[in-house]
Amino acid sequence: MPVALPLLEQVLPVLTEAEACEVPFQGLDTLWLQLTGTLCNLACRHCFISCGPHDDRVPVMSLSRIEALLAEAEELGVKEYYLTGGEPMLHPAFFDVLERVLKQGPTTVLTNGLLIDEVAAGRFRSLFERAAYSLDVRVSLDGMTAAENDVVRGRGTFARIVAGIHALSRAGLSPVLTVVEHSAGLAAEAARQRFLAFARSLGLKQPRVKFLPLVRIGRGARHTGRQGAEEAVREPVPAEGMASLQCSNSRLATEQDVRVCPILLDAPHARLGQTLREAHRPVRLRWASCATCVYEGLSCRT
Amino acid sequence: MPHLRRYAVFGGVYSNHLALEAVLKDAARRGAEAVYCLGDLGGFGPHPDRVFPILLDHGVHVLQGNYDYAIGHGLPDCGCGYTDPRDNHYARLSYNYTRARTSERWWPYLRSLPPLIRTEWAGQRVLMAHGSPRRVNEFLWESTSPDAFLRRLLRDHQADVLLVSHSGLPWQRRLPGEQGGLVVNVGAIGRPANDGRTEVWYALLTVDTEVRAELVPVAYDEERLAHEMRQEGLPQEFVETILTGWWTTCLEILPPRERSRGRF
Ligand code: SF4
Ligand code: SF4
Ligand SMILES: [Fe+2]
Repeated sequence: MPVALPLLEQVLPVLTEAEACEVPFQGLDTLWLQLTGTLCNLACRHCFISCGPHDDRVPVMSLSRIEALLAEAEELGVKEYYLTGGEPMLHPAFFDVLERVLKQGPTTVLTNGLLIDEVAAGRFRSLFERAAYSLDVRVSLDGMTAAENDVVRGRGTFARIVAGIHALSRAGLSPVLTVVEHSAGLAAEAARQRFLAFARSLGLKQPRVKFLPLVRIGRGARHTGRQGAEEAVREPVPAEGMASLQCSNSRLATEQDVRVCPILLDAPHARLGQTLREAHRPVRLRWASCATCVYEGLSCRT
Repeated sequence: MPHLRRYAVFGGVYSNHLALEAVLKDAARRGAEAVYCLGDLGGFGPHPDRVFPILLDHGVHVLQGNYDYAIGHGLPDCGCGYTDPRDNHYARLSYNYTRARTSERWWPYLRSLPPLIRTEWAGQRVLMAHGSPRRVNEFLWESTSPDAFLRRLLRDHQADVLLVSHSGLPWQRRLPGEQGGLVVNVGAIGRPANDGRTEVWYALLTVDTEVRAELVPVAYDEERLAHEMRQEGLPQEFVETILTGWWTTCLEILPPRERSRGRF
């Protein structure tokens, strides 16, 4: 995730408070920790938070911040945790943090896989076995060939990601492979089956694949050529649909604040406060990305 | 010395009338004075109509699972909460079969079942639910239900003991800390627990000064069930699960920890 400044117009709300419909908050089930802020060792073309190697717009999380959030989360009865970034494995105390979070609840690590070597895979494996709760690793990939993947994630990344997946599979783990639907029809069942077969060919015994619709903010917006105001949630959302939105039961915490959802890292109006308790309130669907959630069923959860 | 009482609690019958009979026999032998069923009477197994008279004859207290709600209301799908296309494919097969073979006379019964059962044992507030007390199809797995979250459920729903099913794998946890609390997922008696054994599991609750749970495996005539399933044209994958004890479908809903213990 790169130096590129976020394109402000793309993270600004497209609706006013009054225009946007309100999503009731049902309690904090899922806590996302933006472990490394916007720091990443890649700068993918579709990155919806426009991260990169020198990007410190959102800083790396301090251990004291993590402890404070976890203490609050314990009291609120959080059900699951996600560690994300940027690239969360760039955190200087990554495995210590992971071990700590796993003491408290099931944890999913969202990684681009570049830093998973033999040693890292072994540490994941031992936490997978020892921890009280479930550990899941999710690796992002954008195709089954270097040609498909590398245009999006960068030259040479395919081979390095695949090496990471191999290391995990040799350690006996089956990561979830995440694919962003950046080309039409990739999510179709046939493509899904092909991707599962590909995952098996990498040695994964219990392969799982998650397709994510492309989010139209950050670099993702430039990539699709679609822009903010073209898309918004203007119709009332039925209660059932509301309950399945991440903003009804998830929050994203960074070093500095707590935000509406993991998608709106950059959005200046999506800040709800500094503590989880302050973020315990309804939000309004004001962003272009809300249309992706409501109409395409985007959820970052596995 | 307070009188010792026993209760049997099971869930996920999935039309497995043979396992149902075996569990009821086992519960009676162990002195259970009341029997509770946490829902999902149909699905997966053969001849869905067979379980109703057995439950009624034995005076089982039944609550409503997502399947019972769906069949009772004639919904287009079971609302099991699967997310994977392959899981949904098999879920649809069994749902369509079950819906077609559940006589209309049982629909009002299914609709009339309560979503929750509350009772009190040894001064403890006992709450029974299908998935979780807040959502009928919420999966409570052992490895993804942290203590803090279970404490929140007990607090929000005014309970000391919480008994659930829906996920199909049995486990129990006594919550550490002052507030205490006991949570038991009683598993399912309709199919084995993805542990390579053909027995099915239910929970036996013992109540004296406190409430304790024991998870009990029960053997039944799985060959006969497999035979009936084949005759009814149910998927070979389901039959295989019955005969081997390994899940072959619904695998995507399993957390990685639970899945890694299974064969597929
Ligand atoms: S998509 Fe992920 S791996 Fe790529 S730049 Fe953004 S944070 Fe980094
Ligand atoms: S982007 Fe999605 S999760 Fe975030 S506020 Fe909008 S609808 Fe909710
Ligand atoms: Fe169920």
